[in-house]
Amino acid sequence: MIEYSYIIAFLPLLSYALIVFFFSKSNKMASGVAITAVLTSFVLSTIVLFEVLADHGPHIFEYEWISMPGLELPLSIYIDPLAAVMLMVVTIVSSCVHIYSIGYMHGDPRFPRFFSFLSLFTFSMLGLVISGTFFATFIFWELVGLTSYLLIGFWFEKKVAADAGKKAFITTKIGDLGFLAGLLILYAAAGTLNYEDIYHLIEHHQIPVIILSAAGILLFCGAVGKSAQFPLHVWLPDAMEGPTPVSALIHAATMVAAGVYLTARIMSIIVVSESAAITIAYIGGFTALMAASIGLVQNDIKRVLAYSTVSQLGYMILALGCGGYTAGTFHLMTHAFFKALLFLGAGSVIHAAHTNDIQEMGGLAKKMPITSKTFFIASLSIAGIFPLSGFWSKDEIFLSILEEGHIGLLILAIVVAGMTAFYMFRLCFLTFTGEPRNKEKYEHAHESPNTMTYPLIFLAILAVCAGWVGIPWLHHGYASFVYHHHPHHPHPNYMLMLIGTIVAVGGIYLAYLMYYKRSIDPVAMGARFKGIYTFLFNKWWFDELYMGTVIRFVYWFMEVLYRFDQGVIDWFVNFVGRFGLFNARFWQTFDVYVIDGAVNGAGIVTRWFAGGLRKIQTGAVQNYAFVVFLGVVLFILFRFM
Amino acid sequence: MDFPILTYMIFIPLAGMIVVMLLNKEAHTLIRYTSAFFSFVVFILSCILVANFDGSTAQLQFVERADWIPSLGITYYLGADGISVPMLFLTGMLSFLSIVASFNITNRVKEYFAFFLLLEVGMVGVFCALDFFLFYIFWEVMLVPMYFLIGIWGGPRKEYAAIKFFLYTLFGSVLMLVGIIALYFYTDPHTLSIPELIARNSMYGYTFQLIVFAAFFIGFAIKVPVWPFHTWLPDAHVEAPTAVSVILAGVLLKMGTYGLMRISYPMFPEAGVYYATPVALLGMIAIIYGAFVSMAQKDLKKLVAYSSVSHMGYCMLGLGALTTAGFAGCMFQMFSHGVLTGAMFLLVGVLYDRAHTREIAAFGGIGAKIPLYTGIFILFGMGSLGLPGLSGFVSEFMVFIGAFGSEYIATWIVVVSILGVVLTAGYILRMVQRVFLGPFNTRWEDLTEMNGRELFTVIPLAIFTIFIGVYPKPLVDMITASLDNVVRIVTG
Repeated sequence: MIEYSYIIAFLPLLSYALIVFFFSKSNKMASGVAITAVLTSFVLSTIVLFEVLADHGPHIFEYEWISMPGLELPLSIYIDPLAAVMLMVVTIVSSCVHIYSIGYMHGDPRFPRFFSFLSLFTFSMLGLVISGTFFATFIFWELVGLTSYLLIGFWFEKKVAADAGKKAFITTKIGDLGFLAGLLILYAAAGTLNYEDIYHLIEHHQIPVIILSAAGILLFCGAVGKSAQFPLHVWLPDAMEGPTPVSALIHAATMVAAGVYLTARIMSIIVVSESAAITIAYIGGFTALMAASIGLVQNDIKRVLAYSTVSQLGYMILALGCGGYTAGTFHLMTHAFFKALLFLGAGSVIHAAHTNDIQEMGGLAKKMPITSKTFFIASLSIAGIFPLSGFWSKDEIFLSILEEGHIGLLILAIVVAGMTAFYMFRLCFLTFTGEPRNKEKYEHAHESPNTMTYPLIFLAILAVCAGWVGIPWLHHGYASFVYHHHPHHPHPNYMLMLIGTIVAVGGIYLAYLMYYKRSIDPVAMGARFKGIYTFLFNKWWFDELYMGTVIRFVYWFMEVLYRFDQGVIDWFVNFVGRFGLFNARFWQTFDVYVIDGAVNGAGIVTRWFAGGLRKIQTGAVQNYAFVVFLGVVLFILFRFM
Repeated sequence: MDFPILTYMIFIPLAGMIVVMLLNKEAHTLIRYTSAFFSFVVFILSCILVANFDGSTAQLQFVERADWIPSLGITYYLGADGISVPMLFLTGMLSFLSIVASFNITNRVKEYFAFFLLLEVGMVGVFCALDFFLFYIFWEVMLVPMYFLIGIWGGPRKEYAAIKFFLYTLFGSVLMLVGIIALYFYTDPHTLSIPELIARNSMYGYTFQLIVFAAFFIGFAIKVPVWPFHTWLPDAHVEAPTAVSVILAGVLLKMGTYGLMRISYPMFPEAGVYYATPVALLGMIAIIYGAFVSMAQKDLKKLVAYSSVSHMGYCMLGLGALTTAGFAGCMFQMFSHGVLTGAMFLLVGVLYDRAHTREIAAFGGIGAKIPLYTGIFILFGMGSLGLPGLSGFVSEFMVFIGAFGSEYIATWIVVVSILGVVLTAGYILRMVQRVFLGPFNTRWEDLTEMNGRELFTVIPLAIFTIFIGVYPKPLVDMITASLDNVVRIVTG
């Protein structure tokens, strides 16, 4: 099967084409085709996973694409354990999202189109996962960007949705500039963009470290855009304007996962280049902290989750920057499941309550037992409570940071863990417990249909169990499968586990006191730390900062250049034209009055003379005879005098 | 191939023009279908040309040569290689589609189609003439119908635009003529055969090369148009009727870059190296400048017009690189831009025919009303901004790789040019959003979806955009040998 793994990616593409060309009017057929495709991909991915378990590979299949002197750009498929795991994650989450969407998008006039876009999105992400060259990765990378643009702006009649799609596309495109530049540098230095060849060259020190550092950091810029890391994180929270299943897909298994995946793929560079490693680690760490801090005070259920994603991605990037290949990708996997669950749960809540604002919710647990229970499970998992998935992957991350000796970053990561537990349970308590704060909306709320709750239950199981493959006492299952160079099994550090648990429980307890027991008044707290609260509530004013600087500059500069174009360049062209015209007129005048004047003047003078001379032409013979006589007399006089 | 296919390609449209002129001027439908028929035959011939072309060699193929004015060494000399075949194909396809797109012309139908066919004669001729005299004739033949097509069937400022276009291009071609005459007298025995003049390029002195290259360059640069010779373009494009804009952007602009590749670089290799940086710099400026100015446009058609300036900048950057990849990127971009921008102009025309305005701000949310049109427009918009899987990406990537690896131009030029990628995304998405997305502007309640004929004109272009983007190999194989040959002549 493994040599045909491109089929996994192409099935959703086929589904897209089928829906666009044949089933664009039929809801049943569209969803049926899309779900069949993604489920088949899932089954095939499972087969591939087993094959890779038997033989780690990497399995590489190359296809010629562009070949000319000085430019060899093949496409290739590269299946290693990481790719196999990612294939599973993407197809599982995508399948859940597909099925869930039947219920969520029910009644939407563009229902078939939605499923076609979901298929396209899944195709792009699967293509990215199996790509074996940085070039192919870039291709699918951009396609992921396109499809997220289409899906975020799916309800494009809403201006905010259309804006959010555009913002996502352009912001990530800025990161892609780095990616592109990185590709160029890498190609110039290595003459190839194949993973395998480049890894080989790096291992044999064929590429200077300075170039690797530059290439690594530039490629990472792409990840900064896609995985919404500081300073390009601003698009992700806005991307909440898309339909909620899309948010789940973007936040869990596709789009943002792509950045982490790429960072894992440049692990060979990170290992050699100190500067790249440090840059990546610190960007990840800072992002984790910043996003978590914003998440503490947001009131939109999806926005809290969005910042949570940014923060968790920061974790993964931080781990990868510390060389924690296994830890970072492990967390990518566990996070995919519980974050998909959280988003789908949030979607279920929004579907029922018709609002995103958690201040208008409350007490929904009674109305929505399945949603609330699964949501609590996911929250416990992301908070890192033993023995759920999140606990194990978070612990791996702590360990890998510790091994690199970045104590500062480790403390930061632990603080973020506490904040994560706090904001997640703030969300849970405000949404599901206490008295309903909006009676009317509460009355309307109801549990979602089965197509929506079954995926929740399924994902909840994964949110609990998926991490168990990485339990250190069970032969380090995950670490023995997905690793860089050699399997690495750090000893379990019970101290770290304990600290992590205390911090998480502390965070939950604080949220419990503030939002369940109400023994600490959150409003009073907000008022007390007004400065910080405003700062966080406004998301550190990043949007305003970019609006006021970069975007303003671009709008100003485009006007300046356009005026220059019209006022200077085109003016000059017209000036030359007018000068030509002026010249023409001038010479015409000259022609009329001077040259032609001269000609006419000659005529006039002649006529004038002629007029004078005419007078002596009398025609009378006697006059002529007289003149002749006079002439003869004068002649004789001169001759003989 | 013994069949003189190139001659047929040149003279079939001429025959078509004569036939059209003989028809009754009231028989509009007959005139339309007759012209479409003749251009379709040319299109079929161009397909045959592609099918019979051997891309593995840089040799000129389909060569036809006959004495014409022996006393001056002028010959009727035609031929095609990897540089001209894609352009001939593009010309054949776009001419046919444009003629179909012109079926809605109702004013002076007979003259319109006659001029259009004459235009095709000139275009096909330029791309296969190998004798300077012949080349120059076709070059000028093209100008005249273009002048009338803009000047008679154009928009409100048509006279201004037509004259500006005509004089500007004429200015350029006069410089080119000076260059041709200089070459003629410089060589001994005198010849006007382009391949022979290339073969003798080692005879030209350095200064001579620099000067004559510059003369040719300005002539071609005006056509491309290279910044700062570009201001005729927005005026001409905006005033021209839809199909003429398609031809202008799709084919005429490429003659500039074609001339550079066919004539300037192989004939003046040392000058090519000398001017590498200026050429690349002009490309860089065009990319960035064109993108910014596009963003500032309020008129949809003008936006597309300025985007051409930006996109053709990639061609110049690729040429300046003097690498096979750069040249191939340029060639790809010529083809890709012809397809993409041709389609963009067709689409803008479709909208204008219905809405009678092109002001971006006047629209809004019409994506909900005409989803098919919107989908197609976004497809070409994505192609234009270089989305992988579509043709624009391949050309941009090749240009960047070719330029980055070049030893003739500085890296920073490429780095700055890369910014164009984001700026392009910016203006395309901004335009898409303001026209198609957001709340629906109820003024467009009666807007209708594209009709069959309109779809017929853009679907082939969509297919090509996707095909080249997904599977560039056929085009790569077609052009590589010829381009590699040119690059090797220049860089030794």
